[in-house]
Amino acid sequence: MKSSSKWGNDVVNDKLKDVRLSVIDERIRDVKNVIAVSSGKGGVGKSLVASALSLSLARRGYGVGLFDLDLTSPSTHIILDVKDAQPIEDRGIVPPKIHGISYMSITYYSRDKPTPLRGRDFSNALIELMAITRWGTLDFLIIDMPPGISDATLDIIGLIKRSKFLIITTPSKLAFETVKKLIKLLSDLHIEIIGIIENMKIKESDFIKVNADKLGVKYLGEVNFDENLEDALGDVDKFSNTEFFKRIDGIVEELLKALAFEAQ
Amino acid sequence: MHEWALAEALISTVIQVSKKEGLRKIFEIEVRIGELQDIDLEIFKFALIQLRPDYLKDAEFKFKIVKTKLKCRICGHEWSPRKDELDESVREAIHFIPEITHAYLRCPRCGSIDFDIIEGRGVWLEYVRGK
Ligand SMILES: Nc1ncnc2c1ncn2[C@@H]1O[C@H](COP(=O)(O)OP(=O)(O)O)[C@@H](O)[C@H]1O
Ligand SMILES: [Mg+2]
Ligand SMILES: [Zn+2]
Repeated sequence: MKSSSKWGNDVVNDKLKDVRLSVIDERIRDVKNVIAVSSGKGGVGKSLVASALSLSLARRGYGVGLFDLDLTSPSTHIILDVKDAQPIEDRGIVPPKIHGISYMSITYYSRDKPTPLRGRDFSNALIELMAITRWGTLDFLIIDMPPGISDATLDIIGLIKRSKFLIITTPSKLAFETVKKLIKLLSDLHIEIIGIIENMKIKESDFIKVNADKLGVKYLGEVNFDENLEDALGDVDKFSNTEFFKRIDGIVEELLKALAFEAQ
Repeated sequence: MHEWALAEALISTVIQVSKKEGLRKIFEIEVRIGELQDIDLEIFKFALIQLRPDYLKDAEFKFKIVKTKLKCRICGHEWSPRKDELDESVREAIHFIPEITHAYLRCPRCGSIDFDIIEGRGVWLEYVRGK
């Protein structure tokens, strides 16, 4: 990579060289809230919560986008039964509406093939997707995040600076231990944390609530383990009738309050 | 047209650079384009012309296509995939997100899917010349 100056007046700052970076903010300019559904751990229900949250908000009449950025293990397309939908090409890519949600996922392109991405490839794929996807006007863009605090999460935090975090944990100490680190990281970076949802609760315990309070993070509510959830994956009508969905739908009220978003 | 999105990105980068450097007139802009990006240059140029602000009216765009180079992390083999080995839908997927090569290509020597894209992706502003 050649340095910028060839003649006296040639200029290009190194940071600006990757032209895609300059339009990322522009692509989400008309998105009011970006919510990253995140956790220190995998398997805690991020994708399920992100999907239910998107559906619930869309049904309340809000403009909602769902962006699956767990690029190596995408799963929301299965939950929402996205099938053969494809984005429309119009000066970039316009995500199709799935059950009222503007939906974007790498699976439009990778289909069901494994797509191993090392850190640098992840960054590039993320930047590309951010640069070409035209979300238009939305009240909420929900991001289904990869687990943990490695490259992928750091990249998303760096590129989508306006993200507010919704944190998912299970009742387990092990999950919460990783969540604590995520919270510490976000606080150090001055990123807004909307609150914590405790998922897959199987017995009474106030461990998560007490510790969330200690960390000064809002406890948005608990969601019980729902043994009927598995059978509802991929069938949105069934999904909407699960105890899981109803509970998330209730927590959405809390979340809207936390965001001081007036119901329409 | 995804060329439009990238053209918009290029113009907005040029605007940022010229603001920062206080350039009011631009003569020349060189852009490096990765082959994997599979950009239709005619559409890209057309989009640039439509999108450019007045002070870029006389700027000449120069394009440099960078050949794809992949390197296997297992056996070290370096290769450049031929466009015609890929079917149309795969090419299109790669055109949108070049990293999708990781879903469809393998090292031709050892069959591994663990390889690096050494060159051939991205759209880079190489330099702008102006005053
Ligand atoms: N409240 C719940 N009750 C029952 N099963 C759940 C619940 N929440 C999540 N699951 C299941 O746990 C698994 C992991 O959920 P997922 O949303 O994919 O987690 P993550 O995205 O955090 O990796 C899935 O099989 C999902 O169906
Ligand atoms: Mg997930
Ligand atoms: Zn090899």
